[in-house]
Amino acid sequence: MTINHNGSAAGLAVEAKNMNVYYGSFRAVKDISLKIERNSITALIGPSGCGKSTVLRSFNRMNDLVPSARVEGEILFQGNNIYAENVDPVEVRRRIGMVFQKPNPFPKSIYENVAWGARINGFKGNMDELVEQSLHHAALWDEVKDKLDQSGLSLSGGQQQRLCIARTIAVKPEIILMDEPASALDPIATLRIEDLIRELKKEYTILIVTHNMQQAARASDYTAFFNMDSDRAGYLVEFSETDEIFTNPKHELTEQYITGRFG
Amino acid sequence: MSSDTNAFQRPAMGSGGKSTQDAWFQRALALAGASVLIILAAMLISTAMNAWPVFTHSGWSFITSSDWDPGISRTEITGSYGALSFILGTLITSTIALLIAVPLAIGCSLYLTQIARPSIGRPLAYAVDLLAAVPSVVYGLWGLLFFVPIFVRPMIKVIADTVGEAVPFLGSPVVTYNYATAGIVLAIMVLPIITAVTREVMLNTPIAEIQGAYALGSTRWEMIRAIVLPRARPGIIGATMLGLGRALGETVAVAMLIGGSQRMPTSLFQGGQSMAGVIAITFQEASPENVKALLGVGVVLFVITVLVNMAARLVIWATGGRVAGDAAV
Amino acid sequence: MTSTELNTSSESVVFSVADKGEMPGNYAARKRKNQIMEGILFLAILMALIPLALILFEVIRRGASAMNFEFLTSVQNISLIREGGGYLNGLFGTLYMVGIASLIAVPLGVATATYVVEYSNSKLVPFIQFFTDVMTGVPSIFVGLFVYTILVQGDSIFGGFSTLAGGLGLSLIMIPIIARASEEVIRLVPDDLRNAAYGLGARRWQVVMQIVLPTAASGLITASMLAVARAAGETAVLLLTALGAFKIVPELLGSPQAALPLIIFNEARGPFEPAHARAWAGALELMLLVLLLTLIARYIGRKTQV
Repeated sequence: MTINHNGSAAGLAVEAKNMNVYYGSFRAVKDISLKIERNSITALIGPSGCGKSTVLRSFNRMNDLVPSARVEGEILFQGNNIYAENVDPVEVRRRIGMVFQKPNPFPKSIYENVAWGARINGFKGNMDELVEQSLHHAALWDEVKDKLDQSGLSLSGGQQQRLCIARTIAVKPEIILMDEPASALDPIATLRIEDLIRELKKEYTILIVTHNMQQAARASDYTAFFNMDSDRAGYLVEFSETDEIFTNPKHELTEQYITGRFG
Repeated sequence: MSSDTNAFQRPAMGSGGKSTQDAWFQRALALAGASVLIILAAMLISTAMNAWPVFTHSGWSFITSSDWDPGISRTEITGSYGALSFILGTLITSTIALLIAVPLAIGCSLYLTQIARPSIGRPLAYAVDLLAAVPSVVYGLWGLLFFVPIFVRPMIKVIADTVGEAVPFLGSPVVTYNYATAGIVLAIMVLPIITAVTREVMLNTPIAEIQGAYALGSTRWEMIRAIVLPRARPGIIGATMLGLGRALGETVAVAMLIGGSQRMPTSLFQGGQSMAGVIAITFQEASPENVKALLGVGVVLFVITVLVNMAARLVIWATGGRVAGDAAV
Repeated sequence: MTSTELNTSSESVVFSVADKGEMPGNYAARKRKNQIMEGILFLAILMALIPLALILFEVIRRGASAMNFEFLTSVQNISLIREGGGYLNGLFGTLYMVGIASLIAVPLGVATATYVVEYSNSKLVPFIQFFTDVMTGVPSIFVGLFVYTILVQGDSIFGGFSTLAGGLGLSLIMIPIIARASEEVIRLVPDDLRNAAYGLGARRWQVVMQIVLPTAASGLITASMLAVARAAGETAVLLLTALGAFKIVPELLGSPQAALPLIIFNEARGPFEPAHARAWAGALELMLLVLLLTLIARYIGRKTQV
């Protein structure tokens, strides 16, 4: 795989090829092919039930935890199929982190919340430094530096979500998947998270599922629009640069959706 | 992020452990979980093997004869071992207990779930649960030295003197500690578990049906008759069987209150012995062959209680799940 | 309600006025029946609570009058006829054996519950759940017989009545109780936390040991304490495993052990008043111990909930 650090096209971070996801016999997502650029923010949008969260969770094999789920096709991460026989899903999740819809800090101290993931991943360096760095990156350090030993649950919702982001980047993943990370937050906390996401783009590739069209327009470089077909399987309608999608959509469905006529 | 030649290895982090760790972890937990099954099987096998010489010596008469005359041999089986009177003792006391406890438990559950306000019902329910927390030896002590001589005996005396002449098994002579006294105290002991299960089932009565009955102008009792009781019936059956399982196996309180005599029952007001009771009372002084016979009694008791418990749990599971709470275990 | 009943009711002037002519006329009778039945149900709860009140009252009254400093601090009086002595050896033995039992039953019970919840798609799980429930109903005297056959009757160093045999017997009674209660507690840990941990690249054992179980810790302690309280009052199993002793027995093996319920059982059955008085005091001591353990369990459960 060739990586171009200087060129405008930074190269591919991850690519889905003809991916289908099944829950039992139900096909939730069909024939998804997507190429995600390095150090970009890609928004996955679409009406509820269109499988965008399922697609997101396929990128780090979180769907493996659902007993009936099955993924067909390939997801290439740095040239390797993460669904290949000999790949350990745990290793995949270490490289491709995830932030969830509802802030879900562990019932541990703020410090431990950040340190835990790194520790179980065998981090050997200076933990204090890593925790401080991660909290800085997550724009949370100034608010919590005097109370690192307090429970992560004592923070506000927005702070909790930034703690979860800090926890994720402490593991130093290459890609961060975000499943509607601001949907449980108030507007001000939402804007802070969006600022943070743009900041994180410098070092990480980000895929974000969102319900919020403005958020997709504001925060992302690329947008993938999904829809559900008649047998309730989600499929990719259109994928292109965000400006393109929002100003000049190629597909009629996309236009209807972004102008709020369905979904 | 720098590019890697080896896609799934990063310099920033060391190894976080191998996937084989998970496999071992799962195996260890599975073994712990299976220990319940292993222990139950081991219980039956070990006791049955030890009791085997008595079973082969006595044959069916072990459960059809009431001739219990232990020998004193260390190596052979020389005595007669017919446990029928103990089996009957267990069945009689358990039956008395259920005849009292089941209606009472249904009444309590109805009151707690359908009539009392939650602010009153909850502490009362907790109080009934507390009956399960009293150790059985305390029931035995209390029954032996207080409840039976002061409350139960006078009551029984009246029954024996009045209806006892006409009704079989209720006649004189009355001894202080007998099947009935053990059964009555046993009723108090199994009440909380029957109530706990029944209460749980009644709480699950669909609110729409209750409101439907009221909307038709039912009184509360009519609503209970029409909706709550029919719906709760399988749960009550399961609860009764669970209570039966408990009553069959209860040892020290029954041993202290049943009177401890070895003969076939002719009246409820006569002293007797139960399966668990004969083990508890005679085991410590038993000869080696007698120990084997008592193990045999234990095997019979185990088989009966486990079958009753399995049936009870199946019935309760079929009504929609297990029952939570301390009183139900 | 049949139409004839409705007709008879409309003939009654009083009811037709009071009920605007629409209500069934036997309403008063139905209402009276309802009141009677509700009264009977109230009587049922009263009849259930009277024994509880009588037990508590009698144990406290007779127990307190026999309880004194000597009772709490001395070992058992060998004579049933003479006054004096206490149950210190029994208290010691009970705590000792319950401690041993907890060491065996808590890890095994919690591990069983963990398997049932965290590996719920295993085919073994329904069997484990079912037989855990069944095991709660195994008579305690039979558990005693079992331990007798595998441990006590042997000639090895584990043979003979002993603290270990008693503790093992109690542990077999505790395991299903702990497993059942722990299962409910572990189930309460939100899946969000498991997902968060998996998302960080945690292995399953790390998720379970470092996230799920610590989150459930207070509830697990409560579950274990309730089982301990139950075990502390057990008598039958100890008759065949610990046997009883008149002195304080520090040995784990080779020597019979005393227990509070065993002494109460033995002293209550004789005809002698001094022994009876001690048995009441012992019952009070035992119930206070059980109460204390239960209260601690509930306190921990409430205090440290996340």
